[in-house]
Amino acid sequence: MAKGGEVKLACRRLWKVFGPGAEAFLARHGAAPSAEELRAAGLVVAVADAELAVRAGEIFVIMGLSGSGKSTLVRCLSRLVEPSFGEVFFEGRDLLRMPEREMIDIRRHKMGMVFQHFALLPHLTVLDNVAFPLAIQGVERRRREERAREMIALVGLEGKEYHFPRELSGGQQQRVGIARSLAVGPELWFLDEPFSALDPLIRREMQNEFLRLQAVLEKTIVFITHDFDEAIRLADRIAIMQDGRIVQIGTPEELVLRPATPYVAEFTREAPRHKILTARAIMAPVNGSAEFAGEIPAAMKVIELAPMVVDSDKPFLVVENGEPVGMVDRAAVIAVLVGRR
Amino acid sequence: MASAALPRAHAVGRSYAAPAAVAAAFALSLAFLALPRGTVPAWLLRVPREWVPPLRRWLSAFMDWLVGSASFGLFTFKDLTRAFSALMDWPLWLAKSLLVTGFQLGEGSAAVALTAPVSWLAVILLLTLFAYRLGGRGLAILVFLCFAYLALFGQWESAMVTLSSIVIAVPFGVAGGLALGIWAYRSPRFERALTPLLDVMQTTPVFAYLVPILFLFGFGPVAAMIATIIYAMPPMVRVTILALKQVPEEIKEFGRMVGCSRRQFMWRVLVPTARPALMVGVNQVIMLSLNMVIIASMIGAGGLGYDVLASLRRLDIGAGLEAGLAITLLAIALDRMSQAAAGRSERRRGRQGGASGFDGVMAAALLFALATLWLGLRYPWLARYPEALEISTAPFWDALVRWINVNFFDQLEAFKTTLLVYVLVPVKRFLLAQPWPWVLLLLTLAALRLGGVRLALVVLGFGLFVAFSGFWTKAMITVYLCGLAVIIAALLGIPLGIACGLNARLWRVVEAVIDTLQTLPSFVYLIPVVMLFRVGDFSAMIAVILYAIAPAIRYAAHGVRRVPAHLIEAGRASGCTPRQILLRIRLPLALPEILLGINQTIMLALSMLVITALVGTRDLGQEVYIALTKADVGYGLVAGLSVAAIAMIADRLIGAWAERLRRRFGLQA
Ligand SMILES: Nc1ncnc2c1ncn2[C@@H]1O[C@H](COP(=O)(O)OP(=O)(O)O)[C@@H](O)[C@H]1O
Ligand SMILES: [Mg+2]
Repeated sequence: MAKGGEVKLACRRLWKVFGPGAEAFLARHGAAPSAEELRAAGLVVAVADAELAVRAGEIFVIMGLSGSGKSTLVRCLSRLVEPSFGEVFFEGRDLLRMPEREMIDIRRHKMGMVFQHFALLPHLTVLDNVAFPLAIQGVERRRREERAREMIALVGLEGKEYHFPRELSGGQQQRVGIARSLAVGPELWFLDEPFSALDPLIRREMQNEFLRLQAVLEKTIVFITHDFDEAIRLADRIAIMQDGRIVQIGTPEELVLRPATPYVAEFTREAPRHKILTARAIMAPVNGSAEFAGEIPAAMKVIELAPMVVDSDKPFLVVENGEPVGMVDRAAVIAVLVGRR
Repeated sequence: MASAALPRAHAVGRSYAAPAAVAAAFALSLAFLALPRGTVPAWLLRVPREWVPPLRRWLSAFMDWLVGSASFGLFTFKDLTRAFSALMDWPLWLAKSLLVTGFQLGEGSAAVALTAPVSWLAVILLLTLFAYRLGGRGLAILVFLCFAYLALFGQWESAMVTLSSIVIAVPFGVAGGLALGIWAYRSPRFERALTPLLDVMQTTPVFAYLVPILFLFGFGPVAAMIATIIYAMPPMVRVTILALKQVPEEIKEFGRMVGCSRRQFMWRVLVPTARPALMVGVNQVIMLSLNMVIIASMIGAGGLGYDVLASLRRLDIGAGLEAGLAITLLAIALDRMSQAAAGRSERRRGRQGGASGFDGVMAAALLFALATLWLGLRYPWLARYPEALEISTAPFWDALVRWINVNFFDQLEAFKTTLLVYVLVPVKRFLLAQPWPWVLLLLTLAALRLGGVRLALVVLGFGLFVAFSGFWTKAMITVYLCGLAVIIAALLGIPLGIACGLNARLWRVVEAVIDTLQTLPSFVYLIPVVMLFRVGDFSAMIAVILYAIAPAIRYAAHGVRRVPAHLIEAGRASGCTPRQILLRIRLPLALPEILLGINQTIMLALSMLVITALVGTRDLGQEVYIALTKADVGYGLVAGLSVAAIAMIADRLIGAWAERLRRRFGLQA
């Protein structure tokens, strides 16, 4: 299931606490203060004891309600915000110990970020906005504009090169934001609620666009959203945050099947299960005497196998690596479709 | 944060204790007035001279030391000020040579003219074209008319003297303000040190720091320009700090995310993003520089300011009016042009496509302007607008004044006398009868109630400064003139503002009028007032009211309009009549804003009051003015700082009051 191999970005025991003397406070409490102790000290916890590992090439979604610390967490991962405690590893190197110069270099060449409210520079044209990160690096005009034009074409904004941000719709502005963040060819791509400020229809379109881009680019992505549906549509894996803590990390299917806390269960209750669950999750042990209508792969989603299985009186055999591992019949599929499991 | 503020906010139930206390205090104050003369010992009415610390002497001695013997090792303080003068002198010389005198070889009467000044024709042409580029046809016509007035009415040369110092002062003011603002933005510690200094600078009347500048830089255009820059810079600093802080957090994060260096971050991300807000600051610098024109002429600026000042002293109303109008038109033209520059979108920049035909026209006009430097020598009518074609309305104004004074003398006099006898004089006597410890006590108690212990200490501190400055009586006269002017301005302005808040069409008209009034330099208000009422407290008060009424109107209108729509709807839904909506919903919610308007009115009134010293008031302004003529640094500074202290007491008290009301209504600041 998991894409890619090596871990690109990871953090351990990561804390961000706002308020005076936060670092000393955490050190005093061995980085495990209780909620009462924090409140008594008058500190605001944004990220508490976060631990995660993002693998190269995967879309890692961080999901949580607003105020749960998502933005702060990614800003700690890119060191836009200095964590109060913990470690962050990028390609195996500890970012927090890195001198500022090297950090700037990594941000310039290896990281890109897309912002919720686009963060376009109002005084620059689309072309200059997209070329801006390259201009900062001192790339000469012709080369950077050529690159910017490529990126603008990639996000489908040809013809808008000389418009100013305020002349574009929200969706178009975010396309500019995306093109800009891709201009330097980053390996690690942060998107902080990139579609939350857009209308639902546009949001849907942008999600598809995003998936299309990722199919071409294969970046390592940390994507933030407060929308569980969006998370499910896009994610390879999801981390769910609550009050600064990561309460569970898993594939959408794992979250639906085995929510770690009632809080996670609450989110997954309304989730479109037929789009998440696979044959493996709903199969029954093979009954020796049964006759099968055919074979289906274990990783096939219910929504894909449903038409076949529902139309057939006989069950289907679920196969993984050439071995039969279970079977799925009409009743099991219908149970998912009517929301009974 | 909110939780920390809450505990203090809750205890605001409806009680009659406060009004009762105010009434009691007032009754007691009245009793002081009623007491026969001599009952209250003299030391209670003013701090005896022996108690006044010799602050003035120290300040004067310090200045003497600074100019006389202060040295930084390699160079003395005097060298420093000289170098600074030279630095300012050069661009000023350049601008003046271009616009006024032409370039000359040699000095004084032996000078040989190398070139003429740029022709008035070329200046008008260039400015009109420039205005067209910035703001289209309307602006071009406005600018053309303003400058045509200057030529037609014989104000050209003075106007160019003024313009050349503005043209040099504004970039210095903007650059200095920007630099200080950026520094303060980067270093919170510097900002903490700077903010109170800016407060003092903005509330200290300009006259007060004319004195030390005169002392350091001598009499002349350079000193005047330095005074102008110092006066015009503080708002730019504030605007810069605010504008940089207001750049959205995400844009700042973006800048860091793409790996900007510190300099790239400031100049390629923050400043351009903040540009529209920064331009407001530039506009302020221009307007304040123009406002300073007349005052600066007291220490040698020359130009239109000097013309106004001179005619005011001669009571030559016609000439003063024409020169004053010239300043006003200059202000309006520059104001509208800078606003157009600020509002102009960068649409053109970035768009591809080369120079337009218009650039060609501009270039041709520029060439023509250069050519007139020599052509002017051949054809004098190019260099100087022909006197034969000048017109003057001065005789008309003089005749008008004479006519009014002949025909309406009795009515005007009766009006003036009635107000003097029944309002001005009693209020003055009332205030002068108050013992200073009693006044300080009342102020401190008010501060304690409105803002807590810290505020009380601050107010007490400022109050003690005024009491022990040795200017207590003058301070009370200041309070009386300013207070009355503010009350009258509020009585007239707030109802008008409320009406404007309810009626959008009325507001459009009134806004246009007060916008224009606010571009008038403060001095100009004196002219018609002196025309009708001659000199004295009464004229001063009228001028102050005219000058200071705008914020009272503006804030009241804003406050009434800004009341959230859902509250109005809720009121309407529960069956309020329009009258009830106004009295029960709009007005209470607008009250904090109205208070801030009053606060602004007070600030403007105090700054104007100092200027009215010219028409013979006897308040602190007069003291500062006297110090200026005697070049007595200590005297002037202490008197000026006393005005600043009064301003800050009013500002802090009203600010705290507004804040308290806001919190009670749960409104955002
Ligand atoms: N600069 C800051 N100072 C103090 N508290 C902050 C700051 N930034 C964020 N917080 C607090 O940290 C918590 C998490 O915020 P954030 O990371 O923005 O959440 P999310 O992005 O999930 O909405 C919130 O309670 C917020 O109030
Ligand atoms: Mg967020």
